[in-house]
Amino acid sequence: MRLSRLSRTTLAIVAGAILVIVYVPLGVVLVNSFSTSTSLSWPPPGFTLEWWQRAFQSAGAMEAVGTSVFVAIIATAIALVLGTLISFALQRFDFFGRHTVNLLVILPIALPGIITGIALNNFFRTIMGVPLSIWTVVIAHATFCIVTVFNNVIARLRRTGTKLEEASADLGAGVWTTFRLVTFPQLRSALLAGGLLAFALSFDEIIVTTFTAGSGVTTLPIFILNNMFRPNQAPIVSVIAVVLVLVSIIPIWLAQRLSGDEQQRR
Amino acid sequence: MTDPQPAIRLTGLTKEFGAVTAVDHVDLEIAAGEFFSMLGPSGSGKTTVLRLIAGFEQPTGGTIELFGDDVTKRAPFDRDVNTVFQDYALFPHMSVLENVAYGLRVRGIGRKERIERARRALASVRLEQMGDRKPSQLSGGQRQRVALARATVVQPKVLLLDEPLGALDLKLREQMQVELKEIQRELGITFIFVTHDQEEALTLSDRVAVFNNGRIEQLGTPAELYERPSSRFVADFVGTSNLFDDAVSRELLGRGGVHSVRPEKMSVGSGETGADVRNAPGTVVETIYLGSGIRLVVDLDAGVRVSVLEQNDRNRVHDDERGDRVVVSWHDDDVVALGGADVASAPAA
Repeated sequence: MRLSRLSRTTLAIVAGAILVIVYVPLGVVLVNSFSTSTSLSWPPPGFTLEWWQRAFQSAGAMEAVGTSVFVAIIATAIALVLGTLISFALQRFDFFGRHTVNLLVILPIALPGIITGIALNNFFRTIMGVPLSIWTVVIAHATFCIVTVFNNVIARLRRTGTKLEEASADLGAGVWTTFRLVTFPQLRSALLAGGLLAFALSFDEIIVTTFTAGSGVTTLPIFILNNMFRPNQAPIVSVIAVVLVLVSIIPIWLAQRLSGDEQQRR
Repeated sequence: MTDPQPAIRLTGLTKEFGAVTAVDHVDLEIAAGEFFSMLGPSGSGKTTVLRLIAGFEQPTGGTIELFGDDVTKRAPFDRDVNTVFQDYALFPHMSVLENVAYGLRVRGIGRKERIERARRALASVRLEQMGDRKPSQLSGGQRQRVALARATVVQPKVLLLDEPLGALDLKLREQMQVELKEIQRELGITFIFVTHDQEEALTLSDRVAVFNNGRIEQLGTPAELYERPSSRFVADFVGTSNLFDDAVSRELLGRGGVHSVRPEKMSVGSGETGADVRNAPGTVVETIYLGSGIRLVVDLDAGVRVSVLEQNDRNRVHDDERGDRVVVSWHDDDVVALGGADVASAPAA
């Protein structure tokens, strides 16, 4: 498509402005993590590495990181298994209500987190009678983590079709051997991409977490929120925020590179 | 025939997809060691028959026997048949050698032996140098040969080939036809070859089944199909035919019904004499130079357009041009009666 000079310039300015709005505050956070001011005043009066050191020595922060990683890993693992199974069911088999199930699987990612949070909170406590704990957070996160795995896997299944599986069966391989040697290797990069996205989603989730976490369960985002407005903690929060950004960027970047590789090979 | 049991016996084989009957009560016996082709236009049911034999589809009715064993209900991995797929279906994440060794691997054959056998199979299709490559690094013809090696390394009793040459260009296709025939002769196994290319079917096969609307329209040797087509559909689909409908037949042949005459059985001149010669005057519409021959399109005065194929040999004396008046001649015993029943129903091929 060819654009006029004016529209190209306008588009460039708009795109640039959006990128600035998104990324300059992140840059500010990064700079603040080195600031000597405890109240995040701008411009920073001076620079220090003290906060980084204090952050890594803070037991609360480190525990929060551990909790978040634990929740993200378990939720992702659940999502990988269930998301793959659902993808197979919906792509390879035709049954009554298939399209409805498809919609129901994707819906959690579109639902406002606060709705999911309140609903699950109610469900766990009043209906199931289960006390909130770290496991209720894991289950809550898995509900939307499944979606990213499902989307990646079902797209891959749709593209590869059943030809290779037929060829494998034709050559004498049973159902499980075919899955292990042919289907799974075809899905590997889709699973990795879906899993990394799921991990990133879970790692920085706060709304659903707030409603489903038991007392004493502090994920990293919750830790940040709790400490944000406490005196003298602000620069530490900035440090954690920077770490959180890095931890979130890496999986997304990997996931994108993986799907990019796939497209180039085809 | 060395084996008293047919390699494949289909009895009343039927496959319905919803309201569509893709395969309609097909009965067929294919002898062991035969090169058998299933020929037909797309949607004629030939590929579905192949998929039923392989076990990818379950028939709605009828049975499939493999050397006398009823395999109708068995899974694909439990049947001693292998398939060369139309788009090859090579495993993209495995090397060429791993692809070929796959059938041996899933049968639990030791690593050393399977690599040895896969190498030999690759050598038999002249790809011994390509074992370490990925399928995506091969050309279409090479992938084709890998698919062939992969399917034959497990020594199936019957090899199914689903339009295996469809994706290749003409030159390569002709070369692969010769190779296929050689490989079949060497291995001595039954080949069932699905194609929509009538020339390919005639060139390669011992026998051909012509499919139309889920049924076998005619079954016979290539010569039988070509010389004595049993219906208008076969006459039209296998080679080129000049078809005379009822009215034209009455005028030119003196009898009713539908008839066909092959273009190469006709000649153009000033008329021939003889007891069984038929002459029909007409006007040349087009002359097409083919190199080895010349095709003349002539509008006969009887109201039918015919195509005449003349050899471009030293006996050729005429140089007819568009608009010239000519006489088209043929012999009575080259006329094939197609009956009158299917005149209206036969679709254009």
